[in-house]
Amino acid sequence: MSELKVTPMRPRTESEGASAGAGVAEERDARDRIDPAELREEHEQRHQEQLKQIGGVDRDTLLKMLYQMVLIRRFEEKSAESYTLGKIGGFCHLYIGQEAVAVGCLSALRPDDYVFTSYRDHGHALVMGTSPDEVMAELFGKIGGCSKGKGGSMHLFDADKHFLGGHGIVGGQIPLATGTAYATKYKGTDQATLVFFGEAAVNQGAFHESLNMAQLWKLPCIYICENNQYGMGTSLKRAMSISDVSQKAVGYGMASEFVDGMDVLAVRAATERALERARKEYLPSLLEIRTYRFMGHSMSDPGHYRTRAEIEKYQERDPVKVFGDNLREKGVLDDAGLKEIEERVRAEVEHSVKFADESPEPAPEELFTDIYANPIKPGR
Amino acid sequence: MAVITIREALNQAMREEMRRDEGVFLMGEEVAAYQGAYKVSKGLLEEFGDKRVVDSPITELGFAGLGVGAAMVGLRPIIEFMTFNFSILATDQIINSAAKMRYMSGGQFKIPIVFRGPNGSAFQVSSQHSQALESWYAHFPGLKVVMPSTPADAKGLLKSAIRDDDPVVFLEQERMYGNKGEVPDGEDFLVPLGVADVKREGTDCTVVARSMTVPLALKAAEELEKQGVSVEVVDPRTIRPLDIETIVNSVKKTNRLVIAEESHAFCGVGAEISAQVMEHAFDYLDAPVKRLSGADAPMPYAKNLERLALPDVERIVKAVREVSYLD
Repeated sequence: MSELKVTPMRPRTESEGASAGAGVAEERDARDRIDPAELREEHEQRHQEQLKQIGGVDRDTLLKMLYQMVLIRRFEEKSAESYTLGKIGGFCHLYIGQEAVAVGCLSALRPDDYVFTSYRDHGHALVMGTSPDEVMAELFGKIGGCSKGKGGSMHLFDADKHFLGGHGIVGGQIPLATGTAYATKYKGTDQATLVFFGEAAVNQGAFHESLNMAQLWKLPCIYICENNQYGMGTSLKRAMSISDVSQKAVGYGMASEFVDGMDVLAVRAATERALERARKEYLPSLLEIRTYRFMGHSMSDPGHYRTRAEIEKYQERDPVKVFGDNLREKGVLDDAGLKEIEERVRAEVEHSVKFADESPEPAPEELFTDIYANPIKPGR
Repeated sequence: MAVITIREALNQAMREEMRRDEGVFLMGEEVAAYQGAYKVSKGLLEEFGDKRVVDSPITELGFAGLGVGAAMVGLRPIIEFMTFNFSILATDQIINSAAKMRYMSGGQFKIPIVFRGPNGSAFQVSSQHSQALESWYAHFPGLKVVMPSTPADAKGLLKSAIRDDDPVVFLEQERMYGNKGEVPDGEDFLVPLGVADVKREGTDCTVVARSMTVPLALKAAEELEKQGVSVEVVDPRTIRPLDIETIVNSVKKTNRLVIAEESHAFCGVGAEISAQVMEHAFDYLDAPVKRLSGADAPMPYAKNLERLALPDVERIVKAVREVSYLD
C-alpha cells in the first residue's frame, strides 16, 4: 500500500462529512481556511517524496512524462482559447490540473493494454498517442478528427492505440472496461484494462456492479477514480455518505490505494503495483487518485462553488510545475531542456490548430455512415 | 425436417454457433447451472463449460455493459435477460453504449452482441413483468431488432443475429417457448435479418402481426376464410430494419391493413408501420389502417382483465371485418 495513505490530504471520513442543507455553506467556509504554516510543511513533504522517486525512473521516461504533461497543459489552454473563438462547440471539459493522473498511470502501461475514460478525455487521448492534430480536428468537428468529427470533445477514440474512448454518461465506461478485461482473460492474455472516471461516478450503480463482477470473476481491470473533488458544482462531501473513495473497494474485497494525484511519480508507482496484480493474478484494483481541476467543470462553468483560496492552494502544487522544478533540482533537466520541451509543444499545438482549421468538414453523406458495421437493405 | 419447440430451436442456434465460433459466449442470470429460467440454455454449461456459459449476478446494467466491452475487443457475447422487463435497467448500456459506439467513434468499432430473452406478456405476472418493449429498442439507429414467431424463424434468425457484426436485440415471447414447428435440418440453416415473411397468402385484407400475434392472426385467417374473407398474414420478423416493401406490396394487393400487436399502440411499431403504409400506398387503401394493440394500461393481474388487455383471435376477426366494411 502507498505511504501516502496517511498524508494530511487524505479525505475526511464520513464522520467529518458535511451535513445537509443550510449548514453546508458555513462548513465549507470553515474547511477552506488554510493555515499557511501547515501548507508549507505539506508541500515540503511532497517535494521530498517526489525527489526521492525521481532516482528510480530512467531519464528518457521522466522527460517523456514532463513533455506529455506540458503538451496536455498547452493543448488545453489552446482548446479554451479556441472554444471562446467559437471553433469548438458543445461541451468541452478541460484536463488542466489533472495532468499527472493520465500521464502517471499511462506511463506504466504496455501498448497492448486497453484504456477507457470519461468525457474529460483530451489528456488521455494525447498520452495514448493520438496526435494533437487529430484531437484538435475532432474538437473542431472536422473529418480529420480521430472520430471523423462525429464524436467531438467527449468521444475521442483511437482503436489502433487501444484507446477505447471517451464516454459521456457518468460511469458508463466502467462496465465496458470490465468487459474488455473479461475478454482479455477469456483469450488468455496478460493484457490489462485501465478505466478512468471521476469521483461522482462512484455513486452510480455501474461502478458498484462492475467492482463486484471484477473481483468475483478476477478480472484484470484497474479502476481509477480521478477524484477532483467536485461532480460539476457539487462537492464530494455533499454527494457521498462515505467520501473516502478508496474504502469502497473494501466492500468487494478488492485491493485499493489512495494516491496523491499531484505527484506524477506516485501515480505511476501505484499503477505499476496494480498492473502487477492484474498481469500476474488477474486481480482488479481500485485507485483513488486525489487531484484538482484548475478550470471549471466545462467551459460554460463560472465556478462559483469554489473559493479562490482553495483553488490557489492546489495551484501551488501545480503538478506540471512541481515536476519540472523537481527534475531541474535533481539535474535531470536544465533551463534549456525545459525551454526545448516548451518550444516543441508550442509548435505541435500551433500545428494542431492549423491542421484542424484546414481539415474539411465531414461530407453530408457522413451523416448516415458508421451507424452499422453490416448495414442491411431490408427485403429480399 | 424435425418438429421442435421454439425453446429447442433457440438452444440449437446457440449451441451450433458456440461450436462454430470460440468467441461466442452466453452470460445472464441463471443461464448456466440452473440451465435458464425458461430452459433455453439447457445443456450448454455441460458442453461449453463455465468460461463460456456464465451465471451472472443480478446486475443487468453491469453485465450488459460487460458484454459491450467484450464485443469492442472481438468477442461475440450473447447477453440473456431473464425477461426483457429487466433490460430496462440496462438501457443505458444498450442505447448509449452498444447502439452508438460505432457512430461516435467514426466507425472504429463493431459491436457484435446479441441481447436476448423473453419480451411481452406472460401468464398473470402483472404490470412489471408483462411489457413488450420492441418500440423502445426499434427507435434507435445502431440497433437491430428481431422478433421471431416460429421455431424455424427463431433458430435461423438467432444464428444470423449471432453472426451479425452489429448489436441485435432479439425478442422472444415467454408464452411461445413451447410452440412447435418444423425446422430445416443442417447447421447452415439461416434466416436473414431484415426480411419479412408472408405466413399466409390472401387477397382481401393484410394482417401484419409479429411474435405472439402471428399464430393468433393465422387462426383468425382460418376463421375468416370460412366467412369468405381471404386474409394475407405478413410477419416482418425484423422490426429494425423493417422490410416495409413486403408489407406495402401486400397492401397494394389487398387494399386493407390490420396491424395486430401486443405492445401499446401509442408511439408503437404499429404506428410506424401505419405511417409508412400511408406514405407508400395511400392511394391503394380502401379503408383506414386499423391497429389492434395491447390495452393502453399497465398489465393487470386478474385473469379476466389480462385477457381483455391483449389482442385475441376474435378481435382480429372483428378488425378485419371492420376494415372490409362487412359488419
